[in-house]
Amino acid sequence: MRRDFLIKKITFLLFLVSLVSMGQHHGDAHAQHDTHKTEESDSSLKVEIKEFINHHLQDSHDFGLFSYEDDHGKEHHVGFSLPVILFDSETGLNVFSSSKFHHGATVAENNGSHYKLYHGKIYKTDAQGTITYDDHHHAVNAKPIDFSITKNVVFIFVVGVLMFLIFTRMAKNYKTSVLPKGFGRLLEPIILYVRDDIAIPNIGHKKYKNYMSYLLTVFFFVWIVNLLGLTPVGINVTNNIAVTLSLALITYLLTTFTANKNYWGHIFWMPGVPTPMKILLIPIELLGTIIKPFSLMIRLYANITAGHIVLMSIIGMMFIFKNWIGSPLSFGLAFALSLLELLVAALQAYIFTMLSALYFGSAVEEHGDH
Amino acid sequence: MEKLIEQFSLGLFFWQSVLFVALVLLLKKFAWKPILEAVNEREEGIKNALESAEEAKKEMQSLNADNERILKEARAERDTLLKEARELKDKIIADAKEDAQEQATGIIDAAKAAIEVEKQAAIADLKTQVAHLSIDIAEKVVKQELSAKKDQLELVDKMLGDVTLN
Repeated sequence: MRRDFLIKKITFLLFLVSLVSMGQHHGDAHAQHDTHKTEESDSSLKVEIKEFINHHLQDSHDFGLFSYEDDHGKEHHVGFSLPVILFDSETGLNVFSSSKFHHGATVAENNGSHYKLYHGKIYKTDAQGTITYDDHHHAVNAKPIDFSITKNVVFIFVVGVLMFLIFTRMAKNYKTSVLPKGFGRLLEPIILYVRDDIAIPNIGHKKYKNYMSYLLTVFFFVWIVNLLGLTPVGINVTNNIAVTLSLALITYLLTTFTANKNYWGHIFWMPGVPTPMKILLIPIELLGTIIKPFSLMIRLYANITAGHIVLMSIIGMMFIFKNWIGSPLSFGLAFALSLLELLVAALQAYIFTMLSALYFGSAVEEHGDH
Repeated sequence: MEKLIEQFSLGLFFWQSVLFVALVLLLKKFAWKPILEAVNEREEGIKNALESAEEAKKEMQSLNADNERILKEARAERDTLLKEARELKDKIIADAKEDAQEQATGIIDAAKAAIEVEKQAAIADLKTQVAHLSIDIAEKVVKQELSAKKDQLELVDKMLGDVTLN
């Protein structure tokens, strides 16, 4: 009875927070272990949970929904494989299906080159799949440039298509009626909020229109991606430094290339300070232009990653506690944290958009009064 | 930091940049521009409608004030007209009274004069008649009995008494 209850709850939570269900089987089997074995398996469980969280946070070359072990201890993966695109200095372009890797178990062969998936990265190897390590247990094999359509790329694409469909549909509605219809009723206030409370106060009435497309897209993109990251199929896109770097870089480039004389004047020849200070301020101000988007990148990445790590750790605690107090507590905590993450999802989208608007605003500011 | 750099995936960066820029451009053309334009247009429309409503209200107010003024003027005019009419009426009545008085006086005077004339005529007539009567009496007295002085006097008295009664 007690175990049934636990299993039911775990199953529900697995569904709720996108934990791939390796542990359920494990927890089930674990309960049957003898008491003297418990301590040992507890530590292995902890390691497993830790690895699992790491795995969850990483990108992958195949679209795995979940995996499980059958009664014979054989691992099954449910999902589909994705195309791998590699640029190799020797053989050039290589395109093949990620199913060739068998989730890292086998060596993939294409055009006479051999590749092996190791810790989520593709390494060039020989037919046997030998991986050589350095002193710190890091693989030293050659890495081809990897342009694979990974799980995250697919997800970004899906989100893009979703956004395109939602917003073009909304735009079409305006052709027939002055007021928004359906989903647009929900979205219009948000769009107006981005315009009236983010873009206009920070950039100003004259120039804000040039940045609206980017601000709106980045706001909804980050928000939707964060929200979908919390769903059971959730794939975290914004906890990849590459994604946040890309977004921050676009903000940086837009700021730099739309900046007016006033902006550059403040960087290279700060008005109102003595000449030696002006010279001193040049490198500081220049560095500042880079630090601003850098902070954007780190903030989004760190917030989402931290949220997921904490959430998954709390869920993982459920498998460690396995008693009447610990598990409900974990459940309650996980539930509360999920709600918090919903807020964080929107908040991070808002902050990213807000700060981008602020930087654009400083780039197009007309008069130099501080 | 080292782990971050190690985790960094150039492929993902590339695809994210490409897909995101494409998304921005596509949405700009097919979604943001029409949506923002429609919203702007609507806001302008609302603003204009409000402004014209305000204007209409002001116009209405000035119209009302005009009406009030016209009404006041009309009232004042009516009052003066009424006053004039009343004065005129009084004057006409007074005139008429005066006229009537005059006429009445005239008529009375004429009547008095006529009466006087008639009276004179009547007196004259009476005189004549008295004379005749006197003559008649005298005749009769003379004729009848000039013998008895006493009877004659009685007769004269009697006759005179008759005359006086007449």
